[in-house]
Amino acid sequence: MTGLEVKLQHQFDEFELDVSFSVPACGITALFGHSGCGKTSILRAIAGLLKTQQGTISLNNNIWQKSNFFLAAHKRPIGYVFQEASLFSHMSVQQNLEYGWQQVPHRQRRLKLNDMVELLGISNLLKRTTQHLSGGERQRIAIARALLTSPELLLMDEPLSALDHDAKQTILPYLENLHDELGIPSLYVTHDPNEAARLANQMILLVDGKVAALGATAKLLTRLDLPLAAYDDAASILEGIISAHDSTYHLTWISMDSGRIAVSRENYPIGKIARVQIQARDVSLSRKFHSDTSIINILPVKVIDTHDINESQLIVQLELLDGQTILSRITRRSGITLDLKEGMHLYAQVKSVALIN
Amino acid sequence: MEIDWQAINLTLKLATISTLILLLIGTPIAWWLAKTQSVWKEIIGSIVALPLVLPPSVLGFYLLLMLSPDGFIGKLTLLMGIGTLPFTFPGLVVGSVIYSLPFVVQPVRNAFEAIGERPMEVAATLRTSPLKSFFQIALPLARPGLLTGTILGFAHTVGEFGVILMIGGNIPGETKVMSVAIYDHVESLEWEQAHILSAGMMVFAFLVIYAMYVLERHWGNLNK
Repeated sequence: MTGLEVKLQHQFDEFELDVSFSVPACGITALFGHSGCGKTSILRAIAGLLKTQQGTISLNNNIWQKSNFFLAAHKRPIGYVFQEASLFSHMSVQQNLEYGWQQVPHRQRRLKLNDMVELLGISNLLKRTTQHLSGGERQRIAIARALLTSPELLLMDEPLSALDHDAKQTILPYLENLHDELGIPSLYVTHDPNEAARLANQMILLVDGKVAALGATAKLLTRLDLPLAAYDDAASILEGIISAHDSTYHLTWISMDSGRIAVSRENYPIGKIARVQIQARDVSLSRKFHSDTSIINILPVKVIDTHDINESQLIVQLELLDGQTILSRITRRSGITLDLKEGMHLYAQVKSVALIN
Repeated sequence: MEIDWQAINLTLKLATISTLILLLIGTPIAWWLAKTQSVWKEIIGSIVALPLVLPPSVLGFYLLLMLSPDGFIGKLTLLMGIGTLPFTFPGLVVGSVIYSLPFVVQPVRNAFEAIGERPMEVAATLRTSPLKSFFQIALPLARPGLLTGTILGFAHTVGEFGVILMIGGNIPGETKVMSVAIYDHVESLEWEQAHILSAGMMVFAFLVIYAMYVLERHWGNLNK
Protein backbone atom coordinates (compact mmCIF):
# COMPACT_ATOMS: atom_id res chain seq x y z
CA MET A 1 0.00 0.00 0.00
CA THR A 2 1.14 3.54 -0.54
CA GLY A 3 2.07 5.57 2.46
CA LEU A 4 4.45 5.26 5.34
CA GLU A 5 4.52 1.94 7.18
CA VAL A 6 6.39 1.85 10.45
CA LYS A 7 6.87 -1.01 12.89
CA LEU A 8 9.58 -0.56 15.50
CA GLN A 9 10.78 -2.26 18.63
CA HIS A 10 13.71 -1.10 20.70
CA GLN A 11 14.69 -1.53 24.32
CA PHE A 12 16.20 1.69 25.67
CA ASP A 13 17.70 1.97 29.16
CA GLU A 14 14.63 3.67 30.57
CA PHE A 15 11.77 2.49 28.40
CA GLU A 16 10.69 0.24 25.61
CA LEU A 17 9.64 1.56 22.24
CA ASP A 18 7.06 -0.64 20.57
CA VAL A 19 5.05 1.03 17.86
CA SER A 20 3.29 0.08 14.70
CA PHE A 21 1.41 2.51 12.49
CA SER A 22 0.80 3.45 8.92
CA VAL A 23 -0.14 6.84 7.58
CA PRO A 24 -1.11 7.78 4.05
CA ALA A 25 1.56 9.64 2.11
CA CYS A 26 -0.18 12.99 2.20
CA GLY A 27 -0.78 15.78 4.65
CA ILE A 28 0.98 16.55 7.89
CA THR A 29 0.89 13.95 10.65
CA ALA A 30 1.73 15.07 14.15
CA LEU A 31 3.68 12.66 16.31
CA PHE A 32 2.42 13.88 19.63
CA GLY A 33 3.41 13.02 23.19
CA HIS A 34 5.26 14.11 26.30
CA SER A 35 9.04 14.34 26.26
CA GLY A 36 10.62 10.94 26.73
CA CYS A 37 7.77 9.01 25.14
CA GLY A 38 9.86 8.04 22.13
CA LYS A 39 8.70 10.48 19.45
CA THR A 40 12.18 11.60 18.48
CA SER A 41 13.46 8.02 18.44
CA ILE A 42 10.74 7.10 15.96
CA LEU A 43 11.67 10.01 13.73
CA ARG A 44 15.37 9.11 13.93
CA ALA A 45 14.61 5.50 13.08
CA ILE A 46 12.61 6.55 10.02
CA ALA A 47 15.49 8.80 8.94
CA GLY A 48 18.00 5.97 9.41
CA LEU A 49 19.87 7.77 12.19
CA LEU A 50 18.86 5.14 14.73
CA LYS A 51 18.95 1.43 14.04
CA THR A 52 16.28 -0.18 16.17
CA GLN A 53 16.65 -3.76 17.39
CA GLN A 54 13.59 -4.78 15.40
CA GLY A 55 11.91 -2.80 12.71
CA THR A 56 10.22 -2.56 9.37
CA ILE A 57 9.97 0.77 7.62
CA SER A 58 8.74 1.45 4.13
CA LEU A 59 7.50 4.43 2.16
CA ASN A 60 5.24 3.75 -0.83
CA ASN A 61 6.42 0.14 -0.86
CA ASN A 62 10.10 1.09 -0.94
CA ILE A 63 11.62 -0.79 1.97
CA TRP A 64 14.06 1.18 4.13
CA GLN A 65 14.44 -1.32 6.93
CA LYS A 66 13.36 -4.92 7.26
CA SER A 67 14.92 -7.73 9.34
CA ASN A 68 18.62 -7.46 8.49
CA PHE A 69 18.23 -4.93 5.70
CA PHE A 70 18.99 -1.34 6.66
CA LEU A 71 19.12 1.45 4.09
CA ALA A 72 21.77 4.00 5.11
CA ALA A 73 20.44 7.41 6.13
CA HIS A 74 22.00 9.22 3.17
CA LYS A 75 20.18 6.93 0.75
CA ARG A 76 16.70 7.65 2.11
CA PRO A 77 14.73 10.35 0.25
CA ILE A 78 13.86 12.31 3.38
CA GLY A 79 14.27 15.84 4.61
CA TYR A 80 15.01 16.25 8.32
CA VAL A 81 14.62 19.38 10.41
CA PHE A 82 16.29 19.07 13.80
CA GLN A 83 15.28 20.80 17.01
CA GLU A 84 18.23 23.15 16.74
CA ALA A 85 18.86 24.45 13.24
CA SER A 86 22.33 22.81 13.16
CA LEU A 87 23.62 24.91 10.28
CA PHE A 88 27.17 24.16 9.13
CA SER A 89 29.20 26.94 10.75
CA HIS A 90 32.00 26.78 8.18
CA MET A 91 29.66 27.64 5.31
CA SER A 92 27.65 30.70 4.33
CA VAL A 93 23.86 30.60 4.37
CA GLN A 94 23.79 30.01 0.62
CA GLN A 95 26.36 27.19 0.84
CA ASN A 96 24.27 25.59 3.56
CA LEU A 97 21.20 25.75 1.32
CA GLU A 98 23.03 24.36 -1.69
CA TYR A 99 24.75 21.57 0.22
CA GLY A 100 21.99 18.98 0.11
CA TRP A 101 20.72 20.22 -3.24
CA GLN A 102 24.09 19.44 -4.84
CA GLN A 103 24.04 15.84 -3.61
CA VAL A 104 20.76 15.13 -5.40
CA PRO A 105 20.93 14.07 -9.07
CA HIS A 106 19.72 16.75 -11.51
CA ARG A 107 16.53 15.07 -12.62
CA GLN A 108 15.43 14.50 -8.99
CA ARG A 109 15.65 18.20 -8.13
CA ARG A 110 12.00 19.22 -8.10
CA LEU A 111 12.38 22.27 -5.91
CA LYS A 112 14.42 25.32 -6.85
CA LEU A 113 16.64 27.37 -4.59
CA ASN A 114 14.94 30.65 -5.45
CA ASP A 115 11.47 29.28 -4.77
CA MET A 116 12.43 27.88 -1.36
CA VAL A 117 14.24 31.07 -0.42
CA GLU A 118 11.13 33.03 -1.28
CA LEU A 119 8.76 30.59 0.38
CA LEU A 120 10.65 30.90 3.66
CA GLY A 121 11.46 34.59 3.37
CA ILE A 122 15.23 34.30 3.63
CA SER A 123 16.37 35.95 0.39
CA ASN A 124 18.09 38.77 2.26
CA LEU A 125 20.21 36.32 4.28
CA LEU A 126 21.90 34.36 1.48
CA LYS A 127 25.27 36.11 1.61
CA ARG A 128 25.51 36.07 5.39
CA THR A 129 27.60 33.74 7.54
CA THR A 130 25.71 31.54 9.97
CA GLN A 131 26.86 33.59 12.97
CA HIS A 132 24.63 36.42 14.19
CA LEU A 133 21.39 35.00 12.80
CA SER A 134 18.29 34.92 14.98
CA GLY A 135 16.89 31.56 16.06
CA GLY A 136 13.91 31.96 13.75
CA GLU A 137 16.12 32.80 10.77
CA ARG A 138 18.37 29.81 11.44
CA GLN A 139 15.41 27.44 11.60
CA ARG A 140 13.89 28.80 8.39
CA ILE A 141 17.23 28.26 6.63
CA ALA A 142 17.38 24.72 8.01
CA ILE A 143 13.88 24.02 6.71
CA ALA A 144 14.75 25.38 3.25
CA ARG A 145 17.98 23.33 3.27
CA ALA A 146 16.05 20.14 4.03
CA LEU A 147 13.42 20.90 1.37
CA LEU A 148 16.05 21.50 -1.31
CA THR A 149 16.85 17.78 -1.37
CA SER A 150 13.32 17.42 -2.83
CA PRO A 151 12.37 14.87 -0.18
CA GLU A 152 9.53 12.39 -0.52
CA LEU A 153 8.95 12.64 3.21
CA LEU A 154 9.69 15.59 5.47
CA LEU A 155 10.57 14.80 9.10
CA MET A 156 10.44 17.65 11.59
CA ASP A 157 11.58 17.20 15.18
CA GLU A 158 10.01 19.96 17.27
CA PRO A 159 11.40 22.62 14.96
CA LEU A 160 9.86 25.41 17.02
CA SER A 161 10.63 24.24 20.53
CA ALA A 162 13.96 26.05 20.81
CA LEU A 163 12.39 29.36 19.75
CA ASP A 164 10.76 32.09 21.79
CA HIS A 165 7.08 32.88 21.45
CA ASP A 166 7.49 35.64 18.84
CA ALA A 167 9.79 33.61 16.63
CA LYS A 168 7.32 30.71 16.84
CA GLN A 169 4.48 32.93 15.70
CA THR A 170 6.50 34.17 12.72
CA ILE A 171 7.48 30.67 11.58
CA LEU A 172 4.11 28.96 11.99
CA PRO A 173 2.56 30.63 8.93
CA TYR A 174 5.55 29.50 6.85
CA LEU A 175 5.03 25.94 8.00
CA GLU A 176 1.30 26.11 7.28
CA ASN A 177 2.12 27.47 3.87
CA LEU A 178 4.67 24.76 3.13
CA HIS A 179 2.17 22.03 2.91
CA ASP A 180 -0.31 23.96 0.80
CA GLU A 181 2.44 24.95 -1.62
CA LEU A 182 4.51 21.78 -1.83
CA GLY A 183 2.30 18.93 -0.70
CA ILE A 184 5.22 16.95 0.72
CA PRO A 185 3.94 14.44 3.27
CA SER A 186 5.34 15.29 6.66
CA LEU A 187 5.80 13.86 10.12
CA TYR A 188 5.87 16.58 12.73
CA VAL A 189 7.06 15.78 16.24
CA THR A 190 5.61 18.04 18.92
CA HIS A 191 4.49 18.13 22.52
CA ASP A 192 2.40 21.26 21.97
CA PRO A 193 -1.26 20.48 21.22
CA ASN A 194 -1.74 23.92 19.68
CA GLU A 195 1.02 23.32 17.15
CA ALA A 196 -0.47 19.95 16.32
CA ALA A 197 -3.90 21.51 15.94
CA ARG A 198 -2.66 24.28 13.69
CA LEU A 199 -0.45 22.21 11.43
CA ALA A 200 -1.51 18.60 11.37
CA ASN A 201 -4.55 17.02 9.80
CA GLN A 202 -3.73 13.70 11.43
CA MET A 203 -2.21 12.82 14.71
CA ILE A 204 -0.46 9.89 16.33
CA LEU A 205 -0.68 10.05 20.10
CA LEU A 206 2.22 8.35 21.88
CA VAL A 207 2.23 7.32 25.52
CA ASP A 208 5.26 5.57 27.05
CA GLY A 209 6.65 4.30 23.77
CA LYS A 210 3.33 2.97 22.48
CA VAL A 211 0.76 4.33 20.07
CA ALA A 212 -2.26 5.31 22.19
CA ALA A 213 -4.36 6.62 19.32
CA LEU A 214 -4.15 7.56 15.66
CA GLY A 215 -6.63 9.56 13.64
CA ALA A 216 -7.83 12.93 12.43
CA THR A 217 -6.50 15.72 14.64
CA ALA A 218 -9.94 17.24 15.19
CA LYS A 219 -11.29 13.90 16.41
CA LEU A 220 -8.36 13.03 18.67
CA LEU A 221 -8.35 16.43 20.33
CA THR A 222 -11.93 15.94 21.50
CA ARG A 223 -11.78 12.30 22.58
CA LEU A 224 -12.40 12.12 26.31
CA ASP A 225 -10.63 8.78 26.73
CA LEU A 226 -7.32 10.43 25.75
CA PRO A 227 -5.29 12.79 27.95
CA LEU A 228 -5.53 15.70 25.48
CA ALA A 229 -9.05 16.74 26.46
CA ALA A 230 -8.05 17.08 30.10
CA TYR A 231 -5.28 19.62 29.42
CA ASP A 232 -5.79 23.13 30.74
CA ASP A 233 -5.59 24.48 27.22
CA ALA A 234 -7.63 21.70 25.64
CA ALA A 235 -9.15 22.91 22.40
CA SER A 236 -11.08 21.67 19.42
CA ILE A 237 -10.91 22.35 15.71
CA LEU A 238 -13.81 23.10 13.38
CA GLU A 239 -13.64 23.27 9.63
CA GLY A 240 -15.84 25.43 7.42
CA ILE A 241 -15.83 27.65 4.37
CA ILE A 242 -15.27 31.39 4.30
CA SER A 243 -18.70 32.58 3.17
CA ALA A 244 -18.91 36.33 3.70
CA HIS A 245 -17.11 39.42 4.90
CA ASP A 246 -19.03 41.94 6.95
CA SER A 247 -17.51 45.36 6.39
CA THR A 248 -19.85 47.20 8.78
CA TYR A 249 -18.75 45.23 11.85
CA HIS A 250 -15.47 44.04 10.45
CA LEU A 251 -16.23 40.33 10.69
CA THR A 252 -15.62 37.29 8.54
CA TRP A 253 -18.26 34.58 8.47
CA ILE A 254 -17.37 30.91 8.23
CA SER A 255 -20.14 28.54 7.20
CA MET A 256 -20.52 24.93 8.22
CA ASP A 257 -23.39 22.55 7.61
CA SER A 258 -24.18 22.96 11.29
CA GLY A 259 -24.28 26.75 11.46
CA ARG A 260 -21.97 29.68 11.00
CA ILE A 261 -19.21 31.29 13.00
CA ALA A 262 -17.96 34.85 13.01
CA VAL A 263 -14.33 35.80 13.52
CA SER A 264 -12.55 39.14 13.33
CA ARG A 265 -12.20 40.12 9.70
CA GLU A 266 -9.45 38.35 7.76
CA ASN A 267 -8.77 38.95 4.10
CA TYR A 268 -9.24 35.42 2.88
CA PRO A 269 -11.08 34.75 -0.39
CA ILE A 270 -14.69 33.63 -0.22
CA GLY A 271 -14.95 29.88 -0.69
CA LYS A 272 -11.60 29.08 0.96
CA ILE A 273 -11.60 26.25 3.47
CA ALA A 274 -10.96 27.62 6.94
CA ARG A 275 -10.12 25.97 10.24
CA VAL A 276 -10.87 27.55 13.56
CA GLN A 277 -9.64 26.65 17.01
CA ILE A 278 -11.93 26.86 20.02
CA GLN A 279 -10.61 26.56 23.56
CA ALA A 280 -12.72 24.28 25.76
CA ARG A 281 -12.80 26.90 28.51
CA ASP A 282 -14.29 29.47 26.10
CA VAL A 283 -17.39 27.35 25.51
CA SER A 284 -20.36 27.66 27.88
CA LEU A 285 -23.61 25.71 27.66
CA SER A 286 -27.26 26.63 27.99
CA ARG A 287 -30.54 24.77 27.58
CA LYS A 288 -32.25 27.59 25.68
CA PHE A 289 -31.13 29.76 22.80
CA HIS A 290 -30.31 33.20 24.20
CA SER A 291 -30.41 36.15 21.85
CA ASP A 292 -29.94 38.60 24.74
CA THR A 293 -26.22 38.00 25.05
CA SER A 294 -22.98 39.53 23.78
CA ILE A 295 -21.94 36.19 22.35
CA ILE A 296 -22.34 35.93 18.57
CA ASN A 297 -21.34 32.34 18.03
CA ILE A 298 -24.04 30.05 19.34
CA LEU A 299 -24.23 26.54 17.95
CA PRO A 300 -26.83 23.83 18.56
CA VAL A 301 -25.10 20.73 19.95
CA LYS A 302 -25.76 17.30 21.36
CA VAL A 303 -23.99 15.95 24.45
CA ILE A 304 -21.92 12.87 23.62
CA ASP A 305 -19.99 12.28 26.80
CA THR A 306 -18.73 13.94 29.96
CA HIS A 307 -15.65 13.38 32.02
CA ASP A 308 -14.59 14.80 35.39
CA ILE A 309 -11.18 16.49 35.24
CA ASN A 310 -10.88 17.29 38.92
CA GLU A 311 -13.12 17.94 41.91
CA SER A 312 -14.52 21.14 40.49
CA GLN A 313 -14.42 20.85 36.72
CA LEU A 314 -15.63 18.56 34.01
CA ILE A 315 -15.18 18.37 30.28
CA VAL A 316 -18.11 17.83 27.91
CA GLN A 317 -17.79 16.35 24.43
CA LEU A 318 -20.36 17.89 22.11
CA GLU A 319 -21.40 17.02 18.60
CA LEU A 320 -22.54 19.59 16.06
CA LEU A 321 -25.33 18.83 13.62
CA ASP A 322 -22.76 18.00 10.93
CA GLY A 323 -20.88 15.52 13.11
CA GLN A 324 -17.92 17.76 14.06
CA THR A 325 -17.07 17.73 17.76
CA ILE A 326 -16.10 20.45 20.21
CA LEU A 327 -15.24 20.50 23.89
CA SER A 328 -16.65 22.55 26.70
CA ARG A 329 -15.02 22.87 30.07
CA ILE A 330 -17.49 23.82 32.82
CA THR A 331 -17.78 23.44 36.56
CA ARG A 332 -19.25 20.25 37.96
CA ARG A 333 -21.78 22.44 39.72
CA SER A 334 -23.01 23.78 36.35
CA GLY A 335 -23.15 20.23 35.06
CA ILE A 336 -25.54 19.30 37.83
CA THR A 337 -27.63 22.46 37.36
CA LEU A 338 -27.96 21.69 33.65
CA ASP A 339 -28.68 18.07 34.49
CA LEU A 340 -26.27 16.94 31.76
CA LYS A 341 -27.12 13.66 30.09
CA GLU A 342 -25.85 11.89 27.03
CA GLY A 343 -27.90 12.73 23.95
CA MET A 344 -29.22 15.94 25.44
CA HIS A 345 -29.61 18.91 23.06
CA LEU A 346 -28.04 22.19 24.17
CA TYR A 347 -26.65 25.44 22.84
CA ALA A 348 -22.90 26.00 22.93
CA GLN A 349 -22.01 29.63 23.42
CA VAL A 350 -18.51 30.21 22.05
CA LYS A 351 -16.86 33.26 23.51
CA SER A 352 -13.72 33.27 21.41
CA VAL A 353 -12.74 31.71 18.12
CA ALA A 354 -9.29 31.76 16.51
CA LEU A 355 -8.94 31.34 12.78
CA ILE A 356 -5.87 29.13 12.29
CA ASN A 357 -5.59 28.95 8.53
CA MET B 1 79.87 33.56 13.87
CA GLU B 2 79.34 30.10 12.53
CA ILE B 3 75.83 28.78 12.19
CA ASP B 4 75.28 25.06 11.93
CA TRP B 5 72.96 25.18 8.88
CA GLN B 6 73.30 21.47 8.25
CA ALA B 7 71.72 20.61 11.62
CA ILE B 8 69.01 23.27 11.20
CA ASN B 9 68.06 22.03 7.74
CA LEU B 10 68.01 18.45 8.88
CA THR B 11 65.81 19.35 11.84
CA LEU B 12 63.29 21.24 9.71
CA LYS B 13 63.23 18.44 7.13
CA LEU B 14 62.64 15.84 9.85
CA ALA B 15 59.91 17.93 11.49
CA THR B 16 58.12 18.61 8.19
CA ILE B 17 58.11 15.01 7.00
CA SER B 18 57.18 13.71 10.46
CA THR B 19 54.31 16.20 10.79
CA LEU B 20 52.84 15.22 7.42
CA ILE B 21 52.97 11.54 8.34
CA LEU B 22 51.58 12.35 11.82
CA LEU B 23 48.57 14.08 10.28
CA LEU B 24 47.96 11.19 7.90
CA ILE B 25 48.17 8.58 10.66
CA GLY B 26 46.98 10.64 13.61
CA THR B 27 43.74 11.99 12.09
CA PRO B 28 42.15 8.57 11.43
CA ILE B 29 43.28 7.37 14.88
CA ALA B 30 41.79 10.50 16.46
CA TRP B 31 38.53 9.99 14.53
CA TRP B 32 38.34 6.37 15.62
CA LEU B 33 39.05 7.26 19.26
CA ALA B 34 36.42 10.03 19.16
CA LYS B 35 33.68 7.89 17.62
CA THR B 36 34.18 4.30 18.69
CA GLN B 37 32.35 2.57 21.49
CA SER B 38 34.71 -0.39 21.29
CA VAL B 39 36.24 -1.81 24.47
CA TRP B 40 39.63 -1.18 22.84
CA LYS B 41 39.05 2.57 22.90
CA GLU B 42 40.81 3.30 26.20
CA ILE B 43 43.54 0.72 25.61
CA ILE B 44 44.50 2.12 22.20
CA GLY B 45 44.12 5.65 23.57
CA SER B 46 46.53 4.85 26.38
CA ILE B 47 49.10 3.26 24.05
CA VAL B 48 49.00 6.33 21.81
CA ALA B 49 49.48 8.55 24.87
CA LEU B 50 52.39 6.53 26.33
CA PRO B 51 55.13 8.83 24.95
CA LEU B 52 53.70 11.60 27.12
CA VAL B 53 54.96 9.89 30.26
CA LEU B 54 57.67 7.49 29.13
CA PRO B 55 61.29 8.66 29.29
CA PRO B 56 62.42 9.12 25.67
CA SER B 57 65.35 6.82 26.35
CA VAL B 58 62.98 3.94 27.13
CA LEU B 59 61.09 4.52 23.91
CA GLY B 60 64.35 4.85 22.00
CA PHE B 61 65.74 1.68 23.54
CA TYR B 62 62.81 -0.48 22.47
CA LEU B 63 62.66 1.16 19.06
CA LEU B 64 66.34 0.39 18.63
CA LEU B 65 65.73 -3.26 19.51
CA MET B 66 62.75 -3.53 17.16
CA LEU B 67 64.47 -1.79 14.26
CA SER B 68 67.77 -3.68 14.61
CA PRO B 69 68.55 -6.61 12.25
CA ASP B 70 67.33 -9.09 14.89
CA GLY B 71 64.21 -7.09 15.75
CA PHE B 72 60.71 -7.64 14.43
CA ILE B 73 60.59 -4.52 12.27
CA GLY B 74 64.28 -4.84 11.34
CA LYS B 75 63.69 -8.28 9.84
CA LEU B 76 60.76 -6.88 7.91
CA THR B 77 62.73 -3.94 6.51
CA LEU B 78 65.61 -6.26 5.58
CA LEU B 79 63.15 -8.53 3.82
CA MET B 80 61.75 -5.57 1.92
CA GLY B 81 65.27 -4.64 0.86
CA ILE B 82 65.30 -1.31 2.69
CA GLY B 83 68.08 -2.33 5.04
CA THR B 84 67.92 -1.51 8.71
CA LEU B 85 66.65 1.81 10.01
CA PRO B 86 68.74 2.67 13.09
CA PHE B 87 71.28 5.43 12.47
CA THR B 88 69.47 6.56 9.30
CA PHE B 89 67.18 9.50 8.58
CA PRO B 90 64.12 7.26 7.91
CA GLY B 91 64.78 5.70 11.30
CA LEU B 92 64.52 9.17 12.85
CA VAL B 93 61.21 9.73 11.08
CA VAL B 94 59.80 6.50 12.50
CA GLY B 95 60.96 7.43 16.00
CA SER B 96 59.62 10.99 15.73
CA VAL B 97 56.23 9.88 14.50
CA ILE B 98 55.77 7.50 17.41
CA TYR B 99 57.15 9.97 19.93
CA SER B 100 54.98 12.92 18.77
CA LEU B 101 51.81 10.95 18.03
CA PRO B 102 49.91 11.96 21.21
CA PHE B 103 50.59 15.63 20.52
CA VAL B 104 48.67 15.34 17.25
CA VAL B 105 46.04 12.77 18.21
CA GLN B 106 44.89 14.49 21.41
CA PRO B 107 43.90 17.92 20.02
CA VAL B 108 42.39 16.42 16.87
CA ARG B 109 40.42 13.91 18.93
CA ASN B 110 39.17 16.72 21.20
CA ALA B 111 38.09 18.70 18.15
CA PHE B 112 36.19 15.75 16.70
CA GLU B 113 34.51 15.13 20.04
CA ALA B 114 33.56 18.80 20.35
CA ILE B 115 31.84 18.73 16.96
CA GLY B 116 29.56 15.95 18.20
CA GLU B 117 27.35 13.68 16.14
CA ARG B 118 24.93 16.32 14.92
CA PRO B 119 26.74 17.83 11.88
CA MET B 120 27.41 14.35 10.49
CA GLU B 121 23.77 13.40 11.04
CA VAL B 122 22.64 16.56 9.28
CA ALA B 123 24.96 15.73 6.39
CA ALA B 124 23.53 12.22 6.20
CA THR B 125 19.98 13.58 5.98
CA LEU B 126 21.27 15.84 3.18
CA ARG B 127 22.21 12.68 1.21
CA THR B 128 25.93 12.82 1.93
CA SER B 129 27.87 9.58 2.36
CA PRO B 130 29.89 9.18 5.58
CA LEU B 131 33.23 9.37 3.73
CA LYS B 132 32.26 12.52 1.87
CA SER B 133 30.96 14.23 4.99
CA PHE B 134 34.17 13.33 6.83
CA PHE B 135 36.10 15.44 4.33
CA GLN B 136 33.48 18.13 3.71
CA ILE B 137 32.06 18.58 7.20
CA ALA B 138 34.13 16.94 9.97
CA LEU B 139 37.61 18.00 8.79
CA PRO B 140 36.72 21.65 8.12
CA LEU B 141 34.90 21.91 11.46
CA ALA B 142 37.92 20.36 13.22
CA ARG B 143 40.29 22.97 11.74
CA PRO B 144 41.28 24.45 15.13
CA GLY B 145 42.24 21.00 16.46
CA LEU B 146 44.09 20.06 13.28
CA LEU B 147 46.02 23.31 13.41
CA THR B 148 46.94 22.84 17.06
CA GLY B 149 47.96 19.26 16.31
CA THR B 150 50.13 20.36 13.39
CA ILE B 151 51.89 23.02 15.40
CA LEU B 152 52.44 20.81 18.44
CA GLY B 153 53.58 17.84 16.35
CA PHE B 154 56.05 20.00 14.43
CA ALA B 155 57.38 21.77 17.50
CA HIS B 156 57.69 18.60 19.52
CA THR B 157 59.64 16.90 16.73
CA VAL B 158 61.97 19.89 16.51
CA GLY B 159 62.63 19.65 20.23
CA GLU B 160 63.16 15.93 20.53
CA PHE B 161 66.46 14.64 21.81
CA GLY B 162 66.43 11.37 23.72
CA VAL B 163 64.80 9.14 21.14
CA ILE B 164 67.03 10.52 18.40
CA LEU B 165 70.19 9.95 20.37
CA MET B 166 69.15 6.36 21.06
CA ILE B 167 68.21 5.35 17.51
CA GLY B 168 69.91 7.98 15.36
CA GLY B 169 73.19 8.59 17.01
CA ASN B 170 75.15 11.58 15.86
CA ILE B 171 75.89 11.39 12.15
CA PRO B 172 76.31 14.87 10.58
CA GLY B 173 73.93 15.41 7.66
CA GLU B 174 72.12 12.16 8.37
CA THR B 175 70.92 12.12 11.96
CA LYS B 176 72.57 15.08 13.71
CA VAL B 177 69.64 17.40 14.41
CA MET B 178 69.73 20.68 16.36
CA SER B 179 69.13 19.29 19.81
CA VAL B 180 71.94 16.77 19.35
CA ALA B 181 74.18 19.44 17.88
CA ILE B 182 73.63 21.63 20.95
CA TYR B 183 74.60 18.73 23.19
CA ASP B 184 77.74 18.18 21.12
CA HIS B 185 78.72 21.84 21.28
CA VAL B 186 78.32 21.89 25.03
CA GLU B 187 80.36 18.70 25.39
CA SER B 188 83.17 20.27 23.39
CA LEU B 189 82.85 23.54 25.34
CA GLU B 190 81.80 25.49 22.23
CA TRP B 191 79.56 27.84 24.18
CA GLU B 192 78.97 30.32 21.40
CA GLN B 193 77.59 27.77 18.94
CA ALA B 194 75.49 26.26 21.69
CA HIS B 195 74.12 29.73 22.46
CA ILE B 196 73.19 30.47 18.86
CA LEU B 197 71.22 27.27 18.41
CA SER B 198 69.66 27.36 21.88
CA ALA B 199 68.55 30.98 21.66
CA GLY B 200 67.10 30.22 18.23
CA MET B 201 65.16 27.35 19.73
CA MET B 202 63.85 29.59 22.52
CA VAL B 203 62.55 32.16 20.06
CA PHE B 204 61.09 29.43 17.88
CA ALA B 205 59.32 27.78 20.82
CA PHE B 206 57.87 31.07 22.01
CA LEU B 207 56.57 31.95 18.55
CA VAL B 208 54.96 28.54 18.19
CA ILE B 209 53.11 28.72 21.50
CA TYR B 210 52.13 32.34 20.92
CA ALA B 211 50.80 31.60 17.43
CA MET B 212 48.78 28.74 18.85
CA TYR B 213 47.12 30.86 21.53
CA VAL B 214 46.30 33.61 19.05
CA LEU B 215 44.83 31.16 16.56
CA GLU B 216 42.83 29.33 19.21
CA ARG B 217 41.33 32.61 20.29
CA HIS B 218 40.53 33.52 16.70
CA TRP B 219 38.77 30.21 16.04
CA GLY B 220 37.02 30.39 19.36
CA ASN B 221 35.48 33.72 18.42
CA LEU B 222 34.48 32.44 14.99
CA ASN B 223 32.64 29.46 16.38
CA LYS B 224 30.52 31.48 18.76
